[in-house]
Amino acid sequence: MTLFMQLQGSLLASMRKLGAVVLFLGEILAQCPAAFTRPRLISAQVHNAGVLSLVIIMTSAFFVGMVIGLQGYDSLARLRQEDILGAGVALTLIKELGPVVTALLFAGRAGTALASEIGLMRATDQLAAMEVMAIDPIRRIVAPRFVGGAISVPLLTAVFNAIGILGAWFIGVYIMGVDGGAFWSQMQEYVDPSDIGEGVSKSIVFGIAASLIAVYEGYNCAPTAEGVGMATTRTVVTTSIAVLILDYMITAFLI
Amino acid sequence: MESSRPRELGTGLFVFLGFAALLFLATQTTDLDEYAGDEGYRVTARFEDVAGLKVRSQVTMSGVNIGRVESIKFDNDRLDAVVTLRINSQFNRIPDDSDASILTAGLLGSKYVGIGAGGADTYLAEGSELQITQSAVILEQLIGKFLFSKAEEGDSSASPAATE
Amino acid sequence: MKAALAADNLIEISGLRFSRGSRLIFDGLELAIPRGSITAIMGPSGTGKTTLLRMFTGQLKPDAGSVLVAGQEVPRLSRSDLYALRRRMGMLFQNSALLTDFSVFENVAFPVRENTDLPERLLRNLVLTKLQSVGLRGAANLMPSELSGGMSRRVAMARAMVLDPELLLYDEPFSGLDPISLGVVLRLIRLNNDALGLTSIVVSHDVAEISHIADHCFVISEGKVIASGRPDELADSESELVRQFMTGAVDGPVPFHYPAPDYRQQLLGSS
Repeated sequence: MTLFMQLQGSLLASMRKLGAVVLFLGEILAQCPAAFTRPRLISAQVHNAGVLSLVIIMTSAFFVGMVIGLQGYDSLARLRQEDILGAGVALTLIKELGPVVTALLFAGRAGTALASEIGLMRATDQLAAMEVMAIDPIRRIVAPRFVGGAISVPLLTAVFNAIGILGAWFIGVYIMGVDGGAFWSQMQEYVDPSDIGEGVSKSIVFGIAASLIAVYEGYNCAPTAEGVGMATTRTVVTTSIAVLILDYMITAFLI
Repeated sequence: MESSRPRELGTGLFVFLGFAALLFLATQTTDLDEYAGDEGYRVTARFEDVAGLKVRSQVTMSGVNIGRVESIKFDNDRLDAVVTLRINSQFNRIPDDSDASILTAGLLGSKYVGIGAGGADTYLAEGSELQITQSAVILEQLIGKFLFSKAEEGDSSASPAATE
Repeated sequence: MKAALAADNLIEISGLRFSRGSRLIFDGLELAIPRGSITAIMGPSGTGKTTLLRMFTGQLKPDAGSVLVAGQEVPRLSRSDLYALRRRMGMLFQNSALLTDFSVFENVAFPVRENTDLPERLLRNLVLTKLQSVGLRGAANLMPSELSGGMSRRVAMARAMVLDPELLLYDEPFSGLDPISLGVVLRLIRLNNDALGLTSIVVSHDVAEISHIADHCFVISEGKVIASGRPDELADSESELVRQFMTGAVDGPVPFHYPAPDYRQQLLGSS
């Protein structure tokens, strides 16, 4: 009985949080037009969220690509189908791994940075001070960070996919000796523009979700050192769960 | 203010890199030309059974890809399937008495439409209909037929086989 | 009568009720703060002094009662009216609340840049003037992390004053300062108030310090104003609680011990 009650309680809590996050999104969106009048603030956040994540994204992408290349080659070689390695790798990356892994890496690198930055502003009364100075912190602080993150994730995903495919090409063609022509032509044969569309729409949704969760957790953290720490942890946990759930939902919807 | 210059450069390069990667994906991983817009002309063909054929399946002639399946609809009155094929415009001299059949790539591969050349002097154009069609071969029916005929064969030859 | 009062008082609060969770913080609080004065709001820790300041700025809304600031009912203001009213206020936070990514100069310039379109040259002069008045013009290019507690308090003061507000709110401006910084901050509060014709409200429990500069004091306890008057009047108050607070006696109406079962019983008769 208590287990049931606990379950019910945590379910209610998740629903409440979902509602709060969605309402927060509405608040941010209401301030977005004003934020767009100052593109410099947004470009600074694209720098913080995107450029600073580039190294981790590119490194991870190359190794993920190499692993898929190796595993894919090993499996396909058993079926004597090495030629479709390019197609397999590209579809795996573009449709699934690229958007998901990029969003998870983004949550770890940029999401935590966003949450702790805004959380620290909350803990040191900087947000309250802005309110008293007649400056809306959602417009001045939250909206540019949200937009910057939401712009960065699809771009990072595209970079991840491209580098990942190059990593798989390196292993498959250069090391394992798959025919380079077959690698690319089979890829072009089987990858549909709609697959790229699926990957891009996923990355857009993940970008919005990851940025939104990060700024929400930061903005609503308990104004203490402990609260900031908890906000960064929750950012990673919530984003990971949200991305995986959304991933399933989008896939089921688009397939 | 001076220190924001390298940062702006970095941001610009990042955005450029992102779009370059997207362009790379769009052009290198997929054959965009084949799907581009309304290029080419459309012809229709009626099949009794299109099982397994999908929109955007290949249309081939002599094994060369010449177009894609654009739509598959069911005709309520004639109770058959109407398949619209979009054929690339450079293949503009296909005789209009050619036949269309639904074939399978390999034993279990995907279905595609194969066009066999006819002998007429007039060519297919926008809106033509391929009159001679052959439906998809359904493996289950084939196996069923095969087993059935084997069984019949078995019946007639059962007693001599047993005495041997 | 009421209209005549409104002319003299910048802030009038009546019947203020506010609770956080199940805890009642204000229970029918009444308060009037005259223009041009320095008013101290005192009281034991946890009585909601900071909460009261946030009522003035509209960051918190009361459950009931009225909060009149400059003749406007703060809880009922629309968003844009509230922001317009806030441009006439400045607030100094307990931990200064300087923006960590900005230099001292940019911190002071921040409200001006965000709220006005002042040309860069005028802005520079304005910011340097304000920094000069708190004695930190030389520190304009330092980052907040390079400042001492007293210095960042002064930068925050310059920032709060930069738009020439009518009302300056100080939240615990003396906490954690060494005697020299404390003296400086005290002098600046008085000087600013008189030179700029401000109305200042200081929330503090540093009785001795605040008594030097306050024109008027309110003592808040258990959701109500329990005493008000000049600092020297309060020291001779009839109320035991006020006297305890003003003199800092260890035991009194506010007991030294948190409520607990009998000491001997708990030590001897356990389990």
